[in-house]
Amino acid sequence: MNTVTKRLFGSREGLVGNLILAFILIVVLPGTMDIFRLNLVGKYLTYAFVAVGLVMLWGNAGVLSLGQGVFFGLGGYCMAMFLKLEASDPISTKIQSTPGIPDFMDWNQITSLPAFWVPFKSFPFATFAILVVPAVLAYILGTAMFKRRVGGVYFAVITQALALILSLGIDGNQGVTGGRNGITDLRTLLGWDIRTSHAQYILYFASVALLFGCILLSRWVLSSKMGRILNAMSEKEDRVRFSGYDVSNFKIFIFCLAAVISGIGGAMFVLQVGFISPSLVGIVPSIEMVIFAAVGGKKSLLGAVYGTLLVNSGKSLFSETFPQLWLFAMGGLFILVVVLMPNGLAGLWQNYGRGWVAAAKKRLMERHPVSDVKPAGQIF
Amino acid sequence: MLLAYTSSELTSIFTMQGFAGLSLFSVLLLMALGLAIIFGQMGVINMAHGEFMAAGAYTVYLCSTLTTRFAPSFQSYYFLIAIVTAFVVAASLGLLVEWGLIRFLYKRPLDTLLATWGLSLIMQQAFRSTFGAREVTPTLPDWLMGSFKPTESIDIPINGVFVMGLTLFITALVLFFTFKTRAGLRMRATVQNRVMSSAVGINTKLVDRLTFAIGCGIAGVAGAAFTTIGSTGPDSGSRYIVDTFLVVVFGGTASLLGTMASAFGIAQTQSISEFFLQGTMGKVATLLAIVIILMIRPQGLFASKVRRA
Repeated sequence: MNTVTKRLFGSREGLVGNLILAFILIVVLPGTMDIFRLNLVGKYLTYAFVAVGLVMLWGNAGVLSLGQGVFFGLGGYCMAMFLKLEASDPISTKIQSTPGIPDFMDWNQITSLPAFWVPFKSFPFATFAILVVPAVLAYILGTAMFKRRVGGVYFAVITQALALILSLGIDGNQGVTGGRNGITDLRTLLGWDIRTSHAQYILYFASVALLFGCILLSRWVLSSKMGRILNAMSEKEDRVRFSGYDVSNFKIFIFCLAAVISGIGGAMFVLQVGFISPSLVGIVPSIEMVIFAAVGGKKSLLGAVYGTLLVNSGKSLFSETFPQLWLFAMGGLFILVVVLMPNGLAGLWQNYGRGWVAAAKKRLMERHPVSDVKPAGQIF
Repeated sequence: MLLAYTSSELTSIFTMQGFAGLSLFSVLLLMALGLAIIFGQMGVINMAHGEFMAAGAYTVYLCSTLTTRFAPSFQSYYFLIAIVTAFVVAASLGLLVEWGLIRFLYKRPLDTLLATWGLSLIMQQAFRSTFGAREVTPTLPDWLMGSFKPTESIDIPINGVFVMGLTLFITALVLFFTFKTRAGLRMRATVQNRVMSSAVGINTKLVDRLTFAIGCGIAGVAGAAFTTIGSTGPDSGSRYIVDTFLVVVFGGTASLLGTMASAFGIAQTQSISEFFLQGTMGKVATLLAIVIILMIRPQGLFASKVRRA
């Protein structure tokens, strides 16, 4: 393999892992599910963006953020504001007392569009905001925290407070944010109806493509020299600092990158699900996203996707049949994963699966000898 | 917005909101004392701390129900016993949790955070399955009801005064325990230098366990105090948990004085701003102010000068 593919996929095993996941997401799931279920999977995949960001931030840089829902929400709100403005053109809102503004503003006796909504009439600006707003917030927060060497539990608590602040703040300003109900009734993207099944198929595949884009980008970053520094940092931060690296800059960068990836996830969520509300921003979703990453294996980018899909399918399965048991199961999962499986599903693969596959391969080879099978690589 | 009121109205508003803030301060301080003991001193963060508080509150509710059913004449005194029971129940739960879960995680603070979050989900659902999703209120003894009126427009509830007294008492007890007893000395020694304490013969594992149990027990008392000013639901605890974390972090860890000062500041700011800003925005403004201050001064109000590894 040449260096580029090596850096994007790791070893041959990593390439195979990516291909298997791509096969599942592109062929198996769309082939076997109706559009309702597939749309659900698409929704879960948008959480996987956040989980991928957390793998970088938590698994590789050793910084646990309990407020990633904030960035997901910011990306989502940026997209939803654009879609809402498109859906509230003066003709379709002519029954309102002020036509041309979103319906919830009209209900709250607001008569003109607030200034911060105005630029969201432009699609290029909205796209720009989806990427930049999370990054800017992450940059400010990261600079303030990491430059002063705040990390670990403090950082987790402060990001959690941020999630609470944002969800309460959105909730409390109903007139300009849509309040607790969020921004609903989104219809078209640049004139293209996003509610049809056809559109949902396209959006699903777009999410898959973007998710792979983000995974490969993350892989690229982690396989660079920077990835090695991050890894070293999460093990012995002081030594890295004493070797002359400015540890905080690396942390700030990775925090911003994770925020941007989460924001993209949020925007895709809005497109597929058709609404956004503060309940997706607060403490609970933010910490649930951590468990998605933990179940998959906090160091494994692909594991994050599997973890997200498994936990969410489990959640919808459980909460449909045994709503009482769901919280017990979820709580148990938190404890079980953390105490017994700190490297999640990816850890299981590394400890057992890989050996099992190698043994199977060996047995196969003894029957049909082939000369050029290389040993499995290190990176999953 | 301040201009819309006359000065005597403003005095009354500040007195009453200030007093409401004192009740919030009491609950926050009791919660934060327990959490600060656990977090500041063992580096373990307990996300299920709010649920230990709820456990205390439900214990009081149970005691109240049992008293009403079996010993109605005892009604006016049960509350004092219920507070002690709440402490014992929450502390025993804490002991169990430390033994079954926390002790495996001492070297991994971030993992502790996630595991205790899982624990909090389980405990919340357990409360919901046992006591129902509806909020419950214990029957309070008569002497806790009512209020006095020092002036025409000021109204001070007695339960608030009681909660405050209880808080002061518990705080004094914690300070006494930490600084004046052998067990407190062992606890402080373990915090400062675990290996050395162990070398001079302190059973640090036992100290950890007791510290955790006492922290949880105080949360139970906070729950008992909470029942006098609000009703208890399965998620009552989780509503206070972020505030409590912020109190501990804002106060500066390993500083009980800082915890008190920050609990007071946060509760008062929140209570007074809630009157002038609508709805939840008072809370948002308070939390935002704390986060911004913490970004400028991450070590909190009262930082210990000792450099930690």
